[in-house]
Amino acid sequence: MSVNADLRKERASATFQPALLTHILDGGPERTRRRKEIEALVLNDPDFQHEDLNFLSRSQRYEQAIRKSSLMVMKLREYGIADPEEIYWFKSFVHRGRPEPLDLHLGMFLPTLLTQATPEQQDRFFMPAWNLEIIGTYAQTEMGHGTHLRGLETTATYDPSTQEFILNSPTVTSIKWWPGGLGKTSNHAIVLAQLYTQGQCKGLHAFIVPIRQLGTHEPLPGITVGDIGPKFGYDEMDNGYLKMDNFRIPRENMLMKYAQVEPDGTYVKPVSDKLTYGTMVFIRSLIVGDSARSLSRACTIAIRYSAVRHQSELKPGEPEPQILDYQTQQYKLFPLLATAYAFNFVGAFIKDTYHRISGDISTGDLSELPELHALTAGLKAFTSWTANAGIEECRMACGGHGYSRCSGIPDIYVTFTPSCTYEGENTVMMLQTARFLMKSYTQMTSGQQVTGMVSYLNDLSRQRIQPQHVAARTVSVRINDPTSLVEAYKSRAARLVESAAKNLQAELNHRRSKEDAWNRTSVDLVRASEAHCHYVVVKLFAAKLAEVTDAAVRAVLTDLCLLYALFGISRNAGDFLQAGILTSAQITQVNQHVKELLAVIRPNAVALVDSFDFHDVHLGSVLGRYDGNVYENMFEWAKKSPLNKTQVHESFHKHLKPMQAKL
Amino acid sequence: MALLETSKYSQGSVLGSVNPDLASERQTASFSVEKLTALLDGGVEQTRIRRAVVDAIESDPVFSRENQYFQTQNERYEAAVKKAVHLQKKMHEMGWTENGPEYKYIYRALSGDVAFLLHRVFMRSISMLGSDKQIAKWIPLATQHKLIGSYAQTELGHGTYLQGLETTAVFDTATQEFILNTPKISAMKWWPGDMGRSATHTVVFAQLYVHGKCYGIHPFIVQIRSLQDHSLCPGVTAGDIGPKMNFEHIDNGYLLLKNVRIPRENMLSKFCEVRPDGTYVRQGSQKINYFTMTSVRISLIADEVLTPLMKACTIAIRYSVVRRQSKLKPGEQEAKILDYQTQQEKVLPQLAAAYAFHFTNDYLQELFNRGYREIQRKNFDMLPELHALSSGFKAMITQHCTAGVEICLRACGGHGYSLLSGLPSLYTKILASCIYEGENTILLLQTARLISSTAAKLQDLIQSGVKKHDAWNQCTVQLVQAAKAHCHYIAVKNFAETVEKLETKAGIQKIMKHLCDLFALHGIFSNTGAFLHDGYTSAAQMDMVTASYLDLLAVIRKDAVPLVDAFDFTDKSLNSALGSYDGQAYQRLYEWAQKSPTNQMSPAYERYLKPLLHNTLSKL
Repeated sequence: MSVNADLRKERASATFQPALLTHILDGGPERTRRRKEIEALVLNDPDFQHEDLNFLSRSQRYEQAIRKSSLMVMKLREYGIADPEEIYWFKSFVHRGRPEPLDLHLGMFLPTLLTQATPEQQDRFFMPAWNLEIIGTYAQTEMGHGTHLRGLETTATYDPSTQEFILNSPTVTSIKWWPGGLGKTSNHAIVLAQLYTQGQCKGLHAFIVPIRQLGTHEPLPGITVGDIGPKFGYDEMDNGYLKMDNFRIPRENMLMKYAQVEPDGTYVKPVSDKLTYGTMVFIRSLIVGDSARSLSRACTIAIRYSAVRHQSELKPGEPEPQILDYQTQQYKLFPLLATAYAFNFVGAFIKDTYHRISGDISTGDLSELPELHALTAGLKAFTSWTANAGIEECRMACGGHGYSRCSGIPDIYVTFTPSCTYEGENTVMMLQTARFLMKSYTQMTSGQQVTGMVSYLNDLSRQRIQPQHVAARTVSVRINDPTSLVEAYKSRAARLVESAAKNLQAELNHRRSKEDAWNRTSVDLVRASEAHCHYVVVKLFAAKLAEVTDAAVRAVLTDLCLLYALFGISRNAGDFLQAGILTSAQITQVNQHVKELLAVIRPNAVALVDSFDFHDVHLGSVLGRYDGNVYENMFEWAKKSPLNKTQVHESFHKHLKPMQAKL
Repeated sequence: MALLETSKYSQGSVLGSVNPDLASERQTASFSVEKLTALLDGGVEQTRIRRAVVDAIESDPVFSRENQYFQTQNERYEAAVKKAVHLQKKMHEMGWTENGPEYKYIYRALSGDVAFLLHRVFMRSISMLGSDKQIAKWIPLATQHKLIGSYAQTELGHGTYLQGLETTAVFDTATQEFILNTPKISAMKWWPGDMGRSATHTVVFAQLYVHGKCYGIHPFIVQIRSLQDHSLCPGVTAGDIGPKMNFEHIDNGYLLLKNVRIPRENMLSKFCEVRPDGTYVRQGSQKINYFTMTSVRISLIADEVLTPLMKACTIAIRYSVVRRQSKLKPGEQEAKILDYQTQQEKVLPQLAAAYAFHFTNDYLQELFNRGYREIQRKNFDMLPELHALSSGFKAMITQHCTAGVEICLRACGGHGYSLLSGLPSLYTKILASCIYEGENTILLLQTARLISSTAAKLQDLIQSGVKKHDAWNQCTVQLVQAAKAHCHYIAVKNFAETVEKLETKAGIQKIMKHLCDLFALHGIFSNTGAFLHDGYTSAAQMDMVTASYLDLLAVIRKDAVPLVDAFDFTDKSLNSALGSYDGQAYQRLYEWAQKSPTNQMSPAYERYLKPLLHNTLSKL
C-alpha cells in the first residue's frame, strides 16, 4: 500500500535530512549501518515471526518468548555477535523491546559470575551457564524489602561441621519476590542473604543456589518456587517467588572473590565496597537510555497519527484539519518530542562517561565515582518519571484509539513504568542525589571549592559577599539563547539546593535528630535534586548543539533545545519567579515564545520522529505505521481478536438464548 | 461490615486477624468513622441500603470477581454476560426495581464488571429521542430483554466531533425505507460497547439524506443480529475491536453497514421526522438533547471516577502503614512508609482530592436536579451554564483523579505493579474516562468558550487582523488553563462552604477542614507559577504556603487510615491483595500468587526449556 498523502506531504516539507539526525542519535553513520544490518538479520529471519502478541494469553506469550530466547542465544553465537551494544540491539529486535525470561541470566547472572566469582567458581559455573545447562537469575528483592537492601531478611547460616551454608526464608516478608526468570525458567539463582557465621551477622552476601533438579526441572527439596502471577505488563516474564527451608549449599557456593568465609567459619572482609557503584551506574545509565527510547517510540506513534487524523474544523467551510494543526495538540506533543531528544543525548553522555571512567575504576582510581553515582541516581529518577508521564500523555493525545492495544502505547507504558521502581525507587534515588548535594553545599559553605556538575554552588558563596540581597538582583536572561537559559536553570538549582540546606539546618536547630530533620525536609530535598537534574539535562542538550556540523540539523535541534528549556521554565515558573531569576514580564514572554516555537517546529515534526528510525515491527503500533494507513489496518487487526474467532460467540448459546427464552 | 468479612483462605493463615500496624492506626482516629460514612452516603438510611445491596451481591458466587486477574478476554466477556443475565434474576428476587433506592448501588457493588451497560443507554436514548409510539413499541421489548441494544455513535475516524460522522442514511420514498451505508473505512462504527458480540439492535447515528439533501446527524434503530440464531443480518458486518487497556469484559465493537434497509418508522422522531413523501419536519426544542449529554457526563463522575480514586487511596494508604522500610531513627524498628514525608506528599493530596470532589459532585448533582426541574417547566436559561460546568468539571475531575490513581499505584512500589494489588486495573479503567463522553481538552475549551477569561487577549488578536478562528486556535493552550483554574476554584470554594455547614460534633468538621486546606494548598503548591505570576501571592507568602502545606501532611497523616475506612469498601470490592481491611498484605499476596494459572506446569518446559537446558538447541 502506498504511503498516506498527509505523511508524504509532511516528509516533503521537512527542512533537514532525517538520516543525518539518525546518525547523530546512533553515534555515527557506521553505527547506524551496523544497527540496520543487525535489524535486518532478525526481521528477515522466519524463526522470529509470530502472531501479534496482543492476542495471546500470558502463558502463550511466555512460551513465545522462551522459544525466541533459545533461538536468539544460538543465533548470536552463529553470527558471532559479541559486542554488548550489538547484542542489545539483536535482543531488542528479537523481543521487540519487551522483556524476556533470559534477561536476568544474560544481564545479571553471567556478569555477576564474571565479577564476583573466584576462578574456581568460574570453572564450575561459568561454562555450563554460558552453554545454558545452567540458567540463573539474580534473587535480591524480597516481598518485604526492595530498594532498602539492608532490610533483606533471607539468612545464610554457616555450619562448619558440614562446611555448608543453611539458607532460610524465616518470614513471609523474606520470600524472594519479583526476580525475572525465577518463576519457571531458572534452575539456579544468585541469592542475596544476610550471612551469619560464628554467631554474628556479617551483612548481605551473594550465594549460588541450585533451585531446580537438572533433568526434570522439578523444584529441589526445601525449595518452594513459582510465578508471582499477572502484572500490569511483563507478561512474557516469569517474575518469581522463592522460599527456602533449611536448604543447604556447599561453602564453595558463596561468591568469594571479595568477602570470604573460611572452612572454620572465619569471616574475611572485602577490600572496598565502592566497587559495586560501577555496576549500579551502568544499569542506571541503561534506564536513562530506555527512558529516551520509550518516550521516542511513544512520540513517533502520537505524532504520525496526529498527522493522519483529521477532525473538526478550524475555519468554517474548510476541510477538517490534521489534529496536529491544533495548538493544544502541539502543546501536548512537541515538548515531549524535545524531551525525547534531550534524554537521548543525556543517555549517550552517561554511557560515554561510564566507559571513560570504567578504565579508571579498573586501575583503582575511584575519585569520580561518588559524583557519577549521585548524578545517575538522580537522572535515572528524573528521566524515568518524565518519560512515564510523557508516554501517558502521548497515549491520551491519540484519543480513544490510543486506549486500544493496537496503538502500541499501552504496551510501551506498562513495560516502561516499572523502571520508576526497579533498580532503586525514584524518590529514594532523588534523596541519594540530595545527600550528595547537601554534602557539596556543606563543603562550599566551609570554604572549599566543589567541582563537577555541582560547581555552580561555588557561585552562591561568591554572591554572599555582595551586599545586595540576591533575590533583588536583576538577571539578564535572554530567552532566545540556550546558553543563557542554562544559566537560568543553574541559578534555580543553586537556589533550591540552598533553600533545602537551610530548611534542613532549621530543623536541626529545633534539636531534631538527624534522621527526623532529614525526613521533615525531604520534599524540599527532592525538589532540589529535580532542579539539579533538570539543569544537567538542559546543559547537556545545549552543549550537544555545538557538536552538530550540519547547519539544517543544528537549526532544528536548536529549536527543540529552546522549546525544552522554555517549556520547563513555563511549567516551573514559580521557582524562577520566587528566586527572582525571571520577572513576571519575562515569564509572559517565555509563555509566548513557547507557543511561537510550536508553530516553528510543526513542519518538521514528522521528520523529527522519522529520525528516531524505529522499524514498524519494533514500533508495534497500527497508529504509528510509517505508511500512515491507519484505519484499514485497524480493521484488519481487530478481525484477529480472540473474541472474533467464531461468528456467534458461545456466550450466546450458554447465557443469552436461555434468558430470552425465559423472559 | 468489612470487619465481619472472612476470607475463604483464613483457615490456617493469618488472614482475617488485623495486622497490629493497621489496628493501631484505627485506635487514634479523631472522629467517628461511621458518622463520616453516613455523611458521604447522604444519611444513615442510605448507608444501610447500600450495605444491604453490597451484601446481597457479594454473597452471591455468580458475581464473584475472585479470578478476574487470571482470566482471558474471552473468559471475562463470558462472565460479564452471565452476570448480566443473573442480575435480572437477582433484582427480581430481591424486589429491586429501576426506580427503587437500591438501584444506584448495584453498579458500585458489581464494580462495573457486568455486560449490557449500553443496553441502558439504548433504552435511555429511545426514551429521550423517540416518539411516544416508538417508546411504546421498543421499551417493553428492551425491558424484557427480547432484544439487546447498543448505542453506535463513535466512528473509526470521528469521536467527540459529531458533525464529522460519515455513516449515511438515505431515504427511499419508493419503499418508505432508509438505506444505511458505511461509505468508507473511517465511517465504520468503532468502540460502541456490547456491540461486538452481544447486541441484536443498536441506535446508529448517521447523516440523513432526503432527495439528495443532507440534514445532519440523526438516530436510527437498526437490527444487526438475528433474534433466532444471533447470526449477523444481511448487509451487516460486526465484531469485536480487539484487546484494550481494560474493559476486557466488554465487547466494544465495530459495525459496517452495506445497503441495510430499515423502515421509515425506525428513525427516532421526537424532534425530527421524515414524512412519507420525504418532507423533513423539525418539532419541539432540541435543547433537551444537550441536557442528556450533560447529565451523562455528571452521572459518570461518582461511579467511574470518584470510586476508583477512593479505592486507590484506600489500597495505597492501608499498604503504606503495613509496609515498613528503612529506619527513621537508628536502633528503632523500620518505619511505616507513610511516616516518610515524601510518601505523605504523594498519597495524602489524593485523599484530600477524593473528598473535595465528592462534595463537588454533590454540588453538581444538586445543580442538575434544579436545572432539570426548570427544564421540565420549559425554562432553558440554565442550560448554557450547566453545559459549560458539566464539560469543565468532567474534564478536570477525570484528569485529576486519573493522575491521582496513578500516583497511588506508583506509591506502592513494585507490588503496585502486580495486578493482584488491584491498582493497575483501577488505573486502566479510570483513564478511559478522560476520553469517553467527550475528550477532555475539547470539553475544557467548551467551558472556556463560556467563561472566556482570556477574552481580552482574544479581542487583541482579532483586532490585530488575525481571523477569529485562527485567534481561537492560537489561544487554546491558555484557554484550557483558564477553564481548569475556573473549575478548580469552584471545587475549593464549594469544599470550604460544605465544611462550614458541617456539624461541629464528632470531630468531622475539624478533619474535613484540614482536608479542605490541604486540597487548596496543594493546588497552590503545584501551580506556584500561576499564583506568583499574577502577583496574587508574594515570594514570602509562597514560603508560608509550602510550610503550612507540609505541616498539614503530618496532621492528616494521623487520621489517614480512618479517612479511607470511611469510604467503606469491602475487601471483595477492593479485590486487592495489598489493601484489604485486615492489612495482611504479604500473606495475601503470597496466597493469591499461588493460584495463578502460570503456576500450573507450562508446556514451555517440555517444548523449549528442556531442549535448551539439555543443549539440544539445534533440534528446535
